[in-house]
Amino acid sequence: MTAPETIPTQTQRETFVLNLGPQHPATHGVLRVKMTMDGEYIVRAEPVCGYIHRMQEKMGENRTYAQFLPNTSRIDYLSAMTYTHAFVGAVERAARLAVPPRAEYIRVITSELNRISSHLVWFGAFLLDLGGFTPLLYAFDDREQILDLLEGITGSRLTYSYYRIGGLYNDVDDAFVKGTREFVARMRPRLKMYRALVTENIILRKRLIGIGPISAEMCRKYGATGPVIRGSGVAYDVRKIEPYSVYSEMDFIAPTFPEGDSMARYLVRMEEIAQSLRIIEQGLDKLPAGPVMAEKVPRVLKLPSGDYCYAVEAARGRFAVRIVSDGKEIPYRVKLRSPSLSNLSLFEEASRGMLLPDALALMGSLDLVIPDIDR
Amino acid sequence: MTNLLKILLTEPFRLVLALVVIMSFVGLNAAYLVWVERKGAGRFQRRPGPTEVGYAGLIQPIADAAKLLSKQLILPDGVDATLFRLAPLVVMAPAMISLALVPFGEKLVGRDINIGLLLIFALGSINVMAIMLSGWSSRNKYAIISAARVVSQNVAYEIPTLLVVITMILATGSMDLNEIVRQQAGFFWKWNLFRLDVNPLAPVTFLVFYICMLAETNRAPFDMAEAESELVAGAYTEYSGMGFGVFFMAEYANILLGCSVATVLFLGGWQSPVGIWSGLFWFLAKMYFLVFSVIWIRWTFPRTQFYGLLNLSWKILIPVSLFTLILTSAMMKIFHGFHGV
Repeated sequence: MTAPETIPTQTQRETFVLNLGPQHPATHGVLRVKMTMDGEYIVRAEPVCGYIHRMQEKMGENRTYAQFLPNTSRIDYLSAMTYTHAFVGAVERAARLAVPPRAEYIRVITSELNRISSHLVWFGAFLLDLGGFTPLLYAFDDREQILDLLEGITGSRLTYSYYRIGGLYNDVDDAFVKGTREFVARMRPRLKMYRALVTENIILRKRLIGIGPISAEMCRKYGATGPVIRGSGVAYDVRKIEPYSVYSEMDFIAPTFPEGDSMARYLVRMEEIAQSLRIIEQGLDKLPAGPVMAEKVPRVLKLPSGDYCYAVEAARGRFAVRIVSDGKEIPYRVKLRSPSLSNLSLFEEASRGMLLPDALALMGSLDLVIPDIDR
Repeated sequence: MTNLLKILLTEPFRLVLALVVIMSFVGLNAAYLVWVERKGAGRFQRRPGPTEVGYAGLIQPIADAAKLLSKQLILPDGVDATLFRLAPLVVMAPAMISLALVPFGEKLVGRDINIGLLLIFALGSINVMAIMLSGWSSRNKYAIISAARVVSQNVAYEIPTLLVVITMILATGSMDLNEIVRQQAGFFWKWNLFRLDVNPLAPVTFLVFYICMLAETNRAPFDMAEAESELVAGAYTEYSGMGFGVFFMAEYANILLGCSVATVLFLGGWQSPVGIWSGLFWFLAKMYFLVFSVIWIRWTFPRTQFYGLLNLSWKILIPVSLFTLILTSAMMKIFHGFHGV
């Protein structure tokens, strides 16, 4: 058996293979990383995907658009809203359906709520990776408020399937509007507390600053998007670059940090929570009256032949749905471009030569959701 | 009756009695510190903690122990069976013996010897060997990484600990724990923590000792050896049932021991802070306060990196403790004349 080419041959150091996963606390799911280690230094970390592959794309190709809709909540279970948004967006674009403005505003509000809840899960799980147990429970306390709000209007707490082709499942009620305003008011001081409790902690800063640098070049090479590329100083945000829905009417910034280390990615996400709160507030202020469902949505939906794509900014980056239709009820091809796979791809290059705990901090800062990688 | 009492008070019986008491003390403490830790963690995390088994979950530790006892001790393929079975005992025994040397009260000490401090630190270093043994014999890569971490970490905290201890021996002129406590009689400013006339940096010395104690007991933020998000359970990965339970108990026994030694060296042991009613109560109060602070830290801070500990040790702890050692010896020479020498 020949040695992998990455092992420095001149030193002939003895390496061993460490199997991280498929069941390992740091991988948050069934990701397996085959690590060739030199002591605690990583010579090569090779992610092995596919343990939770569910053929989401193939499922899209043998059922109608409405039947595939619930699947979109289950690809990245933490950003069910945004993923459904991309799918219904693609279908609406193809079918030339005009979605009522009220529905679009509610979509933006709920998507941003979903983004905050996803970032809160990441925040807790990331700190858990770093050995801090308490922030998880604090984050889940806040997330609980969001889940309660969304449960009130959608009926579910994780896989919402709230958006429908042409609009929404149902309208929001006053309780939701009032509760969301209360949540925004509650969340701002909580973010200050997180800064005091976690962000400014010296141990956390030592663990994150300068650890796992990812250059903008590397992000482009592997197609990394979302907080990962924004943490490398590139202001790439689908909501800004190719505004969809009513994001062009919202006043917010896509936070970027040029350092490219784990701390930068951490700060991007924390700042994004604050920006999402701003978007939600504006959305509630501007929320127009009117219907939440387009008229004339055909009962049997057949998209005209063609190639349609719709991209959204999910919590982990750019999520795009591409539908190739041949005019039938069932699409010819459904392509799901999920951000986690691209974000994971750079792990092998970025983790080379790192210490195991630092590499796991880097992996945590990529915010991987394993079903989103495998689809 | 008096004869029986006389026999019971002879040295061998006294020692056996002391060890039995210490063992039950450690056992009870380990069980109920787990409860305190879980309950405390619950409070820190805004949840109630254990509530189901008994009132406020008070029987939970007993249920846990029963569960661990009833489990099979799995011996994985290819482990070094002797060392694998030996390691939990080797980790537990030194902590027990060391606690027999700690003066809980003026007369309440298992074995009052004049080099108690030295013996405790000699026994304390066995702890590292035990974890290394368990890691090595487990035939598990995570366990071996953990064992390597423990050994490399050892240097980082042992040196400043011993420098601090030497400082304290210089300041007190004794290695007899009870004698050190006796010297701190009176109000709380007589405690070594506030003896600024001998060691102007005494609180800093205490802090160095406290940090090293956290590292020595493998507690957060220095729990790299069993960093569960990286190494699963570190050196204990392959242990099941009571094998794991004994390691768990040893962790708490070591916390008790570390806090006891800190109490004796710096906080006046069983001496009362107001000069009257000295005794066991004050010792336990001070010790449990330190134990609580250890738990508090665990549930507040994230874990450091092991090079973080090495940096902290070589760049801060060792220079600081070396400086306090030199300072104390100078102060002793100039103002106190080295205990009459």
